[in-house]
Amino acid sequence: MNTVAAGMPLGGVIFMTIFIAIFGYILIILARLIGGRRTNNSQVKRDIYECGIPVQEKRETKVSVKFYLTAILFILFDIEIIFMYPWAITFKDFIGSGQGAFVFVSMLVFIAVFIYGLFWEIKSKALEWD
Amino acid sequence: MGNDAFEITINLIKLVAVFLLIVQAVPILVWVERRGSAFIQNRFGPNRVGPLGLLQLLADAVKFLTKEDFAPDKAIKPLFYAAPVFALIPAALAFAAIPLSVPLEIGGYVFRIQGYEMNVGIVFILGVSGLAAYTILMAGWGSGSKFSLLGALRASAQVISYELALGLSIVGVIMMYGTFNLTEMITAQQGAMKFHAFGYEITSRFLPNWGIFYQPLAAILFFAASFAESNRLPFDLAEGEAEIVAGFHTEYGGFKMLMFFIGEYGHMILGSSLMIVFFFGGYGLPGITVDEVRSWAAGVTDGAAGASVLTTLIHFLSFTVKLVLFLWIFIWVRWTLPRFRYDQLMDLGWRTMLPWALGNTILTALVIYFTSVLI
Repeated sequence: MNTVAAGMPLGGVIFMTIFIAIFGYILIILARLIGGRRTNNSQVKRDIYECGIPVQEKRETKVSVKFYLTAILFILFDIEIIFMYPWAITFKDFIGSGQGAFVFVSMLVFIAVFIYGLFWEIKSKALEWD
Repeated sequence: MGNDAFEITINLIKLVAVFLLIVQAVPILVWVERRGSAFIQNRFGPNRVGPLGLLQLLADAVKFLTKEDFAPDKAIKPLFYAAPVFALIPAALAFAAIPLSVPLEIGGYVFRIQGYEMNVGIVFILGVSGLAAYTILMAGWGSGSKFSLLGALRASAQVISYELALGLSIVGVIMMYGTFNLTEMITAQQGAMKFHAFGYEITSRFLPNWGIFYQPLAAILFFAASFAESNRLPFDLAEGEAEIVAGFHTEYGGFKMLMFFIGEYGHMILGSSLMIVFFFGGYGLPGITVDEVRSWAAGVTDGAAGASVLTTLIHFLSFTVKLVLFLWIFIWVRWTLPRFRYDQLMDLGWRTMLPWALGNTILTALVIYFTSVLI
């Protein structure tokens, strides 16, 4: 019995990405063809949005460092969470084969490090937004 | 992709169909959202164009198409135009990995009612839907406007913060079912409630065997986090009108704006589908197994193909009904709750939901270890 789309999902993913990209660009081009495009716009129209005054700021807007800090912390914690996935999926098998206690305790140690990291992060005010 | 030309063609058509399923759902959802908000706020909503305002969608589409295509001088054009296109991709790619019904068996072929079958379904879906942060940043940086940039930074920081709670809340679910495969998960949730604990078999005839009864805390955390992932109220800080105009799509209009909308609604559909698959039995009917439906269908229709089609249709309908209910909850919450402040949002994600999800993981491990629960 043939199972359609059982194997090689990668081909499907690549096809779908390319298809949606082409679909989207066709829509944009269609909208440009139908909607038209004026070339002699005034400077005010070509400016970026501003609340009723001349445009004030350059692109080099200063950005709060908190965003970068959040992103770095995210990477650390996300990797720790991803490490839990293989453990979670094999946990029942390990219990079945009698090694449950070892796997459980070693994960508790890992989670203790995780909790310590989270606690330290909160204590060092890395998550304070003011 | 398949063995012969017929299979490959069917697969490609299926992928296109999954994408169009999301795209065609958006105008209907917009209509439901506007009518629903009007209903909640004691207004009329769109009711002039066609019966019940249903043709409003068509009028909107025409309006979007005839808008002038415009990019401000300061915008980085390649990024500015690429962002809305790439906003369509993550949700559609992830949604294609979700099984929508039981496989269709006709003439020696088995057609899966899903874009592609994945053994690592959950990891794939989490990974791909996380790419949405990039499209937001592309839009924000490419617009060259400070409001867009601030909105994009807020939105991406929010999305990645809640991804932690989202990812961690599923660990308990994975532990319960012992698989990444979504189809196997749904199969484990079939029929009436039945599980083993302390070596005894415990059954209940009145409750379905759904994940929500085993992982209630994970369900709440996951649902809340999926609101934040799709940038919906009460977590739509990216579009706080009073502070940063319209967030990362301040400079967008017309069809490009609509494409961001499709992306957002796609994430809503994805979040609802995942809720259904993890906690509400997927395409299964409550308390009834697929085999029972199949034998009933074999009695009603003649021929194996007819029975298979009927079974698939029934389960697809079941999935659709659940999906509609969850999408309505998304809309309902949006028009009921006010918006958070940004520091409250971050506090909720990092200090409340993350520890609770961690607690849920430890609790699930303890329960599984000491009672040896088997579903």
